[in-house]
Formats: sequence, C-alpha cells, structure tokens
Amino acid sequence: MPEYETYDFDVIVVGAGGAGLRAAIEARSRGLRTALVCKSLLGKAHTVMAEGGVAAALGNVHPEDNWKVHFRDTMRGGKMLNNWRMAQLHAQEAPDRVRELEEWGALFDRTGDGLILQRDFGGHRFARLAHIGDRTGLELIRTLQQKAVADGIEVFMEVKVLRLLQDADGVVSGVIGYWRPSGEFVVFKAKAVVMAAGGVGKSWMYTSNSWESTGDGHAMSLWAGADLIDMEFVQFHPTGMVWPLSVRGLLVTEGVRGDGGILRNSDGDRFMFDYIPSMFAAETADSEDEADKWYDDHSAGRRPPELLPRDEVARSINSEVKAGRGSPHGGVFLDIASRRTAEDIRRRLPSMYHQFKELAGVDITAKPMEVGPTCHYIMGGVRVDADSTATTAAGLFAAGEVAGGLHGANRLGGNSLSDLLVFGRRAGVGAAEFASDRSGPGSLDEGQIGATIDAAVAPFSREKGENPYDIQHDLQDTMQRLVGIIRTGSELDEAVGQLDALEDRANRVALSGGRRYNPGWNLATDLAAMLTVSRCTTLGAINRKESRGGHTRDDFPKAVGEMGGLHFVERISAQGAGAEGVGGTPSIRSVTVDPEPVPALPDDLNELLEEAN
Amino acid sequence: MAEDPVGTGGTDEVTMRLWRGDETGGSFTDYVMPSQEGEVVLDVIHRVQATQAPDLACRWNCKAGKCGSCSAEINGRPALMCMTRMDSLPVGEAVTVAPMRAFPILRDLVTDVSYNYEVAKRIPPFAPRAKTADEEKVGGYRMQQIDVERSQEFRKCIECFLCQDVCHVIRDHEENKTAFAGPRFFARAAELEMHPLDVNDRRQLLQQEQGLGKCNITKCCTEVCPEHIKITDNAIIPLKERVVDASYDPVAWLGRKILKRNKRSPAEAAATSPATGPAAVQPRTETNGIPAPEPATAAAAAPGAGDPSPG
Repeated sequence: MPEYETYDFDVIVVGAGGAGLRAAIEARSRGLRTALVCKSLLGKAHTVMAEGGVAAALGNVHPEDNWKVHFRDTMRGGKMLNNWRMAQLHAQEAPDRVRELEEWGALFDRTGDGLILQRDFGGHRFARLAHIGDRTGLELIRTLQQKAVADGIEVFMEVKVLRLLQDADGVVSGVIGYWRPSGEFVVFKAKAVVMAAGGVGKSWMYTSNSWESTGDGHAMSLWAGADLIDMEFVQFHPTGMVWPLSVRGLLVTEGVRGDGGILRNSDGDRFMFDYIPSMFAAETADSEDEADKWYDDHSAGRRPPELLPRDEVARSINSEVKAGRGSPHGGVFLDIASRRTAEDIRRRLPSMYHQFKELAGVDITAKPMEVGPTCHYIMGGVRVDADSTATTAAGLFAAGEVAGGLHGANRLGGNSLSDLLVFGRRAGVGAAEFASDRSGPGSLDEGQIGATIDAAVAPFSREKGENPYDIQHDLQDTMQRLVGIIRTGSELDEAVGQLDALEDRANRVALSGGRRYNPGWNLATDLAAMLTVSRCTTLGAINRKESRGGHTRDDFPKAVGEMGGLHFVERISAQGAGAEGVGGTPSIRSVTVDPEPVPALPDDLNELLEEAN
Repeated sequence: MAEDPVGTGGTDEVTMRLWRGDETGGSFTDYVMPSQEGEVVLDVIHRVQATQAPDLACRWNCKAGKCGSCSAEINGRPALMCMTRMDSLPVGEAVTVAPMRAFPILRDLVTDVSYNYEVAKRIPPFAPRAKTADEEKVGGYRMQQIDVERSQEFRKCIECFLCQDVCHVIRDHEENKTAFAGPRFFARAAELEMHPLDVNDRRQLLQQEQGLGKCNITKCCTEVCPEHIKITDNAIIPLKERVVDASYDPVAWLGRKILKRNKRSPAEAAATSPATGPAAVQPRTETNGIPAPEPATAAAAAPGAGDPSPG
C-alpha cells in the first residue's frame, strides 16, 4: 500500500483565492473544523491579479443605483443565459459583502464624503465598482487572508489536489493530493468539500491567467459526478498586452476605459462607434462628443461604446486587426495619455503605469498602449444550486470561477470579485450545514487512494516518453488556434481529434528527477484536468450552433432564438470507459454533452428587465 | 512559429547560471539559451525548464509582478524574476540566479518561507472602532481619502519577502528570527497602527517581542521593494517614534487621554492575536507540513560563499 498522511476536518476548501477564503471564513465562523488546501502559497492565488474593482450597487456615487439595476445589467451582459436566481442573490448581497470587507480592514478609495468610491465599467449602467486604484484583487485577497489567519483557519499550502474521494454511497468525503515541496501524498477527510479552484485559462496560449488556472476544480468535480454547464463560454478580455511577446496576454484593466481611455485603430479612428449592437444602441453614445460628456456627467450623454460588455469590445478589436487596421504588434491602440493628466493616470492606474513601464518600456502617460484580446475567464463551470452552491455530486459545493451559472454567456467586469464574496460565503454556509447534518466522513476507498497514487507516480517509471512541457505547449496551440475567440465547425472538429492525440501522448509522459518540488511532475499532474476542460469547452462549442456572448461561430454568426433557451451540460459517461485517461482519470473520450432548457424567469424579475430598458 | 515560447529561434545566446541543489548542498549549473527580445529572467528560466531541465524548481504564479512568488537573487541582487528584464542585465555575462539566502532551501531556486507566515500569525489583527450613528445609517464607515492613503501604501505589499531576505538582522543572524518580525511585518504593523479605524495597540509588542529596536535603518528593505514602498521612512521610523512616545512621552500620554484615543491596551491586543506566546515566532516548526531542515544544515547549504551580498 502506498504511504500517505491523513488529516480529518469537517469542511475542506480546495483553493485559497477569494471564494475559497470567504467560504472557509464562513464555515469556521459556524464552529466547524475548517481547513484550506491550496496549490500555491497563501495570498498568491489568481484573485490577486484582479484589477478594476468589485461590483456592488452601494449607490455611493449614483444613489439611483440598486440591486435591481445590477441584476438587469448582469442578465443583459450574460445574454439571458444566466441562472436568474444566482444573478438575483448576487446583486442583492454584493453590497453587504463589500461593506463587510471594510469591517475586516480593507481600505477602498473614498468619495468626497468619505464613503467607498465606485468607478464605471463596461456593461454597468452606473458607476458601481468599489476599488483600490487598480489593485482591488490584492486588497480583497489580503483582507480575507488576514481575516482567515486571525480566525485560526488551518492552511495547507503548496498542496496539489489530484482527486475528490467518495464514500461507498458516492458522497464526497475528502480529497487526495501531494505536497509540492516534498512530493509526499496526503489525504484530507471531510464531511463536506468546497471546490473553489478557479479557472482554466492556462490551456490557451495567450492568457491573463497564472500557471495555476489549469481547470483542476472543473475536472475533479466532473470526475466525481458533478455536471458542468456553459463550458463553451470563455471570455476573451478585450485588452491584454500584445508586446513584448513574453508578456502577451497580460491584463490591461478595463479601468483604463472606465476612467476615460479610448480605443483607436491604425487610421486613428475611434472605431467602437462602428460596432454598437442593437441591444445596447439605446444606451450608447453615437458621437465622440456625446461620449466624452458622459465621463463627467452621466446625464449629459449616453455611455461611450468603449464601455460595452467585454464580448462586444473583444470581437470589435479582433475585426479591426483582421481588416488590417491593427497596431504594429497586432493589437489596437488604447489611449489614456491624451485624455487624462499624467498625475491622474499614475494615481488611478498605478499598476498599469508600472507594468507598461517595466515590461514594455512604454510610458502610458505619454503614449498609447497596444492591446488585444486575451483569454481571461470561463463563464461556464460546475452546475450549482444558487442558494446553497451544492453541486450535483453529494457533499460537494462550488464557488467562484469554477462554478457556472451566474454570468451566463458573458461576464461583466467587476462581477467576478462580487461573485467570489457572495457565493464564497454561501458555499461556506452550504458546506457547513451539510457537514453538520452528517455524522462523520464516510469510509474512504483505499483502492481509489492507491490507484490515484500509483497513476500519479507512473511517469517516473517510464524510461523514455513525452515531455509534459511539449504537451502543454501543443495543447495551448490547439486551443488558441481552433477554440479561440472566433470558432468554426470544421476547426472545432479538428480540435477534438487533436485533443484525443494529446491525451494519448499525456499517457506516455516520462519524468526525471525526484518528486520534491519538481515542476515537470507538477505540470504532468495538471495535464489531465487541462485536457478534460478543453474537451468540455470544445464539445459545448460544437453544439452551440450560434454566436452568443463569449462564444462566436464564424459559420453561425447570429444569436439563434431557440439556442438562447438551452444550456449544454457535460458529464462523464459510464460507457466511455474504453480509452484510458491521464493519471487514472476518466478519458476525455467519455465526456458527453446534453442540451437542457434554461429555467424561465419569474414574472417579477422579468419585469425588472423590461422596465429598466 | 514567431511566438515560439519554448525558444529555438534567435542568434544570440545567454548563459543562465542557476543554483541547483537542496538543503544538503548544491552548486551553480550553466544553461546556454538563445536570446529573445523583450524577455524577463523568468521567461528564460521557463525555457530552461521546457527544453533542458524539466525538474528545475522555481516558484512563480502570475508573471506580472502582482503575486510576489518568484523572488530570487539575480546577479546577487534580490529581485522578482518576472520583473527583471534580460536587457537590464550586463550583456555578454552569465546571469546568475540563486535562491533567497535568508530562508532555508527547499530545492533549486525555491526556499521555505514559512517563517513569514508564522510571524504573520503573531500580529494582533485589525480591530475596528464602532460605527457612529451616521455610519450605521449609511451602512458603511466614513474615512477621507487622505487618511486611507497612508495605510494604502503598505497594503500595496505583494509579500514577495525580498525585504525580509535582504534584512541583515535575519540574513546574517539566523538566531534573530525568534524575536524579529522583519520589515514586511513592521510595514504590516504600521499599516494597522495608521489605519483610520483600528483600535488595537501593537507598540509594546513591537518593542518587546518583535525586535523593532534591532532595525538600524540601513534602508536595504526599501531599496529592494518591487512596489516601491518606503518601508524605512514611512513605516519603521514612524513606528519607532510611536513606540518611544508610548513608553516615555507624558505629553503624548496626556494627549491620548484628552483626545480619548481609545487604543486597546497592549495586553488586550496581544490576547486577540491568533498565535500568542512569549517568542515572536517559533522557528522551523513543521506545522505547515513543509519538511524543515535544521538551522545549522540550512545555513551551511545556503549559497552564501562567494555570493555577493546586496545589503
């Protein structure tokens, strides 16, 4: 029997970004023995990279803002595919979650009368994003981290979780992983598990995501029997850096546009006026004059088109570059230098100033930035019950980017940090209640534990084989070329074949060196999840024969009414067991996809959408 | 392919001299790589991993200067690998990358930074004052921008621990770690002390258990801070003044009484800290599960000899 150590808790939270921390704080506050397990050091999770702000209808800048308008903006931004109940809870509870952060020590920027300042962002009717310059994610994670430490929550850092463990009844009862520093295996028993493992962006070549975003949480939940929904909806943030190549994809906050930055093509045209969709025409300015008045006085004109939802702006930039009107390095120009004073820019956007100065040698107070779309966020994820965040796998709860539903087909900027807080807390409540009702974790399956360990170390016993870095590189290349911002049926079919081949290669990975802090091994154990989520996205994209939100099909360029009433749900089929998956996981060939109707909005919420139009 | 990230193109070469080893010892190994335009040190390390040394240990996350994971000593100077451009280093010379020297080696470029997480537990946490009637009504605290900016400077900290690495109080004196919080946590304490809402009082603790007096303001920490936080001038020196005021200044004491600045007593503050105890920190515990080498072994294993000190 392979060796491993065992810990026993009531609630285990996988992932220590905003959602995981918030969930752990909540479960701990209810008296449960709670631990966080995370792949990196505490405080380094991807939340730290969020820049612009957290969306909450506090009404500090525009008193007429309220949850109903936020709900409406979120649903419209998501092209009505959102889980309406999640969108409702999110809009209603975000203000309390933000104020709570302040009680835990967060220091947001202030309005003139001393309240939390809010900034404009794409798709939000009112200035709604509470922020700290352009480093809001850092403030959020540090506040939650310090609260978690003060509350005495145990944190197991640099543990890579491989699989969820289930008892004889199939109830999730723990996780197995390994310590990255030592390479030793560890099992955490739990009465309930919260999955808060973040996103999937590292499967694309150009992404704003850190190395951690390999879809572990999506894949592990799927393997344990949870449904995934809406996986075809991947958000390409309109503004990533395009040069130098080594930082291509690095995020340029939407706050630049919220604070007055505009987009121009190589002809100097402010091209976004040419791309205003009918759905947003009534509320978008149709001249530069009108748009420019809006920044200072929202009643003097309609919103600038640079602040359309992200999917619209990303597609427009893509079209400009394709039409030959791009910048020298294949992006477009984002100009704040000619619009705001140097002092203003440095104060409002300090990390953007720093980032361009140090990495690209560009002074953004004097010159425009070159930007283009970058893989940023997955709207789809583990299907959850809105109120409890319970997944369709008993004992498993999910919150944050790993959960699907809230954002529908496209997420509005700022709605991610509020998502983490609102549903992180709800996951903590849901898991705590489930754990309290359970007498103890069920007995774990020693066979499953042993098989997981054996499969994880298998690459060390192969003398010759594939290099995991080559496989990752080829996967990123496949997803970027064939399942990127603009998709087409033949390319998606091609991607399916390439993913099959990559799975076969991943089964032949050979490793050298020991298990101690071995990044080659760490990457090899990430590949199973990367391949699985890539397959889910590809299958969803093949089935959604229309263009909507973060999913654009060249061969089906319009939204199709009936498709707007469907989710695509990915599951593991028992029949697909013929092929071998990576590291003992189910093969990606066993992923199935089924359409399911989108639940109808109740009348009172439907009215909100209509009346606010 | 123009964007080949594993790098085979380019005519010029660069030699990366990387420390390989673990707590039992190690040495520098040279890797010759093709140069590519616009790269940072971390990019080249990634190419070394992808093409020559897949097991080369290197801790990193965001590659954007926002998470503070990839701290190392580049040509002897503590810096983030992701924010050090290759074209900022001398052309034609090998680029030396060593792990941070103040912490025990885990493997290659990765160190055990758990000391910092232990110190963090000893800082009495944020404790806000009660809301006023007006604040209860509006639902949130009122603070002026100018008042939050002082603490905001310290909250820019990305916890890269380069300031801890370069601080000679612990860099050269392992034994001081038991009673020294270090620049990162003086900045944290300053942030809380200057927080407009906080009522905890950490001054006596700083003086008696966290070694504030050991800092002799050489400003090495400020020099290496990638966030350009003025740790010495804006955090440590004001803290030293506050500690002195708390201990010796009767006028300040009277002022506090008159102005009703209701700081909690140091004993109360310490009691709210999640990890209380006489020593500031218990060094090298195994509570986080990372196997910790004995201090003596670690000191011997650190790539110190011949490694230029940046202090």
